[in-house]
Amino acid sequence: MFPEIGQFSLILSLFFALSLAFLPLIGYRKGNRFLLQSAQPLTFIMSALVLVSFVILSASFLMDDFSVLYVSQNSNSQLPVWYKFSALWGGHEGSLLLWVLVLSGWCSAVAIKVRTLPEDVGPVVLSVLGMICVGFLSFLLFTSSPFARLLPDVPADGGDLNPLLQDFGLIVHPPVLYMGYVGFSVAFAFAVAALITGNLNASWARWVRPWTAAAWAFLTLGITLGSWWAYYELGWGGWWFWDPVENASFMPWLAGTALLHSLAVTEKRGVFKSWTVLLAIFTFSLSLLGAFLVRSGVLTSVHSFAADPTRGMFILALLVVFVGGSLLLYAIRAAEVRSSVSFGATGREAWLLLNNILLTVLTLTVLLGTLYPLIFDALGLGKISVGAPYFNSVFTPIALLLIVFMAVGPLSKWHHTPFNVIFKVCSVAAVVAVLSAGLVVYCYEFGFTVWLSLAVAFWGVCLSFTDWFGKVSAGAKGIIPRARQLPRNYYGMLLAHLGMVVTLVGIVLVSVNSQESMLRLSPGDRARVAGYEFHFDQMEQVKGPNYVASKGQFTAYYANKVVAVLHPEKRFFTTRQQVMTEAALDAGFTRDLYVSLGERLDDSAWGVRIYVKSFVRWIWLGGLMMMAGGLLAALDKRYRKRTRG
Amino acid sequence: MRCIKGIFLLCGMWLSLSAVAQEEMTFRTELNKTRYQSLVEELRCPKCQNQNLADSGSGIAVDLREQVYQMIEQGKTDQEIVDYMVARYGEFVLYRPQHSTATFLLWYGPFILLGIGLLAFIFVVMTNRKRQGRAL
Amino acid sequence: MRKLLFFIPLAVFLILGVVLYLQLGKDTQYMPSVLVGKKVPAFTLVSLQDDQVYTHQDLPTAPYLINFWGTWCPACHVEHPFLMALADSGVTIIGIDYKDKKDLAEQWLEQKGNPYQIVLMDEMGRFGMDMGVTGAPETFVVDGSGVVVYRHQGVVNAENWPDIKGYMK
Repeated sequence: MFPEIGQFSLILSLFFALSLAFLPLIGYRKGNRFLLQSAQPLTFIMSALVLVSFVILSASFLMDDFSVLYVSQNSNSQLPVWYKFSALWGGHEGSLLLWVLVLSGWCSAVAIKVRTLPEDVGPVVLSVLGMICVGFLSFLLFTSSPFARLLPDVPADGGDLNPLLQDFGLIVHPPVLYMGYVGFSVAFAFAVAALITGNLNASWARWVRPWTAAAWAFLTLGITLGSWWAYYELGWGGWWFWDPVENASFMPWLAGTALLHSLAVTEKRGVFKSWTVLLAIFTFSLSLLGAFLVRSGVLTSVHSFAADPTRGMFILALLVVFVGGSLLLYAIRAAEVRSSVSFGATGREAWLLLNNILLTVLTLTVLLGTLYPLIFDALGLGKISVGAPYFNSVFTPIALLLIVFMAVGPLSKWHHTPFNVIFKVCSVAAVVAVLSAGLVVYCYEFGFTVWLSLAVAFWGVCLSFTDWFGKVSAGAKGIIPRARQLPRNYYGMLLAHLGMVVTLVGIVLVSVNSQESMLRLSPGDRARVAGYEFHFDQMEQVKGPNYVASKGQFTAYYANKVVAVLHPEKRFFTTRQQVMTEAALDAGFTRDLYVSLGERLDDSAWGVRIYVKSFVRWIWLGGLMMMAGGLLAALDKRYRKRTRG
Repeated sequence: MRCIKGIFLLCGMWLSLSAVAQEEMTFRTELNKTRYQSLVEELRCPKCQNQNLADSGSGIAVDLREQVYQMIEQGKTDQEIVDYMVARYGEFVLYRPQHSTATFLLWYGPFILLGIGLLAFIFVVMTNRKRQGRAL
Repeated sequence: MRKLLFFIPLAVFLILGVVLYLQLGKDTQYMPSVLVGKKVPAFTLVSLQDDQVYTHQDLPTAPYLINFWGTWCPACHVEHPFLMALADSGVTIIGIDYKDKKDLAEQWLEQKGNPYQIVLMDEMGRFGMDMGVTGAPETFVVDGSGVVVYRHQGVVNAENWPDIKGYMK
């Protein structure tokens, strides 16, 4: 009975989404206040209905209702309860429901804030969001309903959740990632609303900025969590594979970063308006494209959903409607937008323009690398692979260039910056950076590329602190009161930029200074890796809630002192008859010890992979800093201004 | 978004070979070891979802790793090893696509875009300067 | 002129849309063989039944199939009856016992029947590697002049046989 209510509630919410998509727009055309004001309640009702069906599906999972096909495919009575809940988004249908839930959540958030917008703008924004909801709700209902039943032959037990997904990562990664992905719909809706109403000015940019910053912060966290999860779960210690599915989340991030910066210029100076709108459309399009790549089965990936061409067809149709439609609208309306403000070659506008150009080039590079095999195949040229070596040699130099400019931008002033001011600070920072990076490289015998990258990192740190110090030391008041006076927005920026540098340092050091060994070890054996001695103490059989495992015990010594005891496992999941490697790691600020069991070689010997990864945590630490920066920027006081009368 | 299909299962089912390779390889020189590691990272396992030879546990990956090892120890150059693989499994196994007219856009496209972007930057800044001059 | 610039994003998107549309529904696992259009690589292998040494010169001169199989491979169990039916209908199949043990293979053929004209043992998988084999079963169609014309990965069955047969000319 309950699953039917869930299904019915989704159908109802589709009707409300349809009303939301049209009524306020008609109201806008006809100048009908009643229709305009219907946007807010319609949004709330639609979201509430989606929430109802989400709760019902969760309940079906928690109560082991295997009469629901989706539950029977993705859960099992033996599954620990927290995985039962997260199994909801372990497959295509449920994760799409999560997507819709997150989307309706963002819609409601906009609806709550709608009074801070002009009377004829807010409802149009909600209307556009309503259209997106219509698209995804019909996708869910027509191709992938999670409430389909298996009646009357109810299976005794479910097929279980894929063991790779029975992990903490599944609980947190998808919801956060979707918060980011879907959050860019809001920026998109504002952009389309601006094109419809012609209301495109500095205050428009001020409305969009906090939404974009919030979505960006979530996406940053989502990608960071995903990278961390893949690192410990997949068992070979990689943290980024340039896999199409990863690129699918990385592209909106890059474009969203560009959008965030371009919005700053539009807000403060009223320039780049049509470019900013295009970026908002572009970012959202890349989110949709990501959904297409992951769910349509056109690409092979280590982490894709079960492929289905009809679903692919549906998302492609959504892409054509939303992206094609908005780009057409853009082509027609954007030419009318002109900005009259001018700026000099050294003004902050110019620096941010450069930032946007580089980020766009980077986004297109990832897009090109991801889609090139597809284009190649479509043209009948055969099959090729584009992987990490390509991206490392093409993406990295441009990204380093971006970070070089990233550090300089904040020092500049709007409109015009006296050239000698920047030049003096930069030359000092350059000397300091090159020398200190050189010292590190000399001490540890690294190569040229490391020198270059570390110099860029030090340069970033130097200039960020110089900028901050310059801001707090000027003026009569003391340093601390002035530091407090600086807006959150500024600290958000500072934190995010430093986070970028921290991530860069992590990436550089983990790639050049890590050691790995693949060894044949029996209990009692010892191995030396990067100065650590690993002692394979014993092997035992253990039983988990839904698996049996061979559990090893390794003790790591450094200078004859015990630093860590590690328990890597090889788990055999009984329901799915699947073997999983559970790596063991000892996390540290400057290094991770990572032990993962391979194949059993004979009665006592095992293939064992041991890694010592230096500074790998910094990659995610930087990600967290960027996320925090984004949130700080989103919560800046300026955006929480008075509500309309 | 990271729903991981049973890759291990898939690769394992296809080639659940009984023979297990000796993972610990002893190289004649340190250079050979480095070459081996970078080669197995740049070669794609031809039967897996999207994994390189180093990361994959499938039978064919084990065989191909062994082959790379043998060829390195026999004194073959990297290019000879890559050619050997391409002759049998196609360009698909190269994560670093070969430079050719068909991959020209892939390799140089980003830099062409960068060039166009920088030209656009100069153009925008110059026109702005002119406008500024007029305004004064 | 300036107006046209704003249509560029739309145009690029539409082209991309067509590419994505073309790729929908394609089997991403399908991998064309590099060997198509080339001669069967040279080999020297020992036959399972009579311990004779065979080389590529001993291969048939009329169109035939090369089938890689092994007793360790579950899908080969599924495929075997169909191969028997093919052999009965007069199709020449050369079997390559891929990365397998001699006694197990002999037992298999004894119990299930032998659809192969010759069974050659590729214990180390060297010939398999030369043929670009990634697993078993895999089947190659070779024409009368000894040139590989088609490769099929996975089980040969009644469903896909008409396609494969089309290459046997």
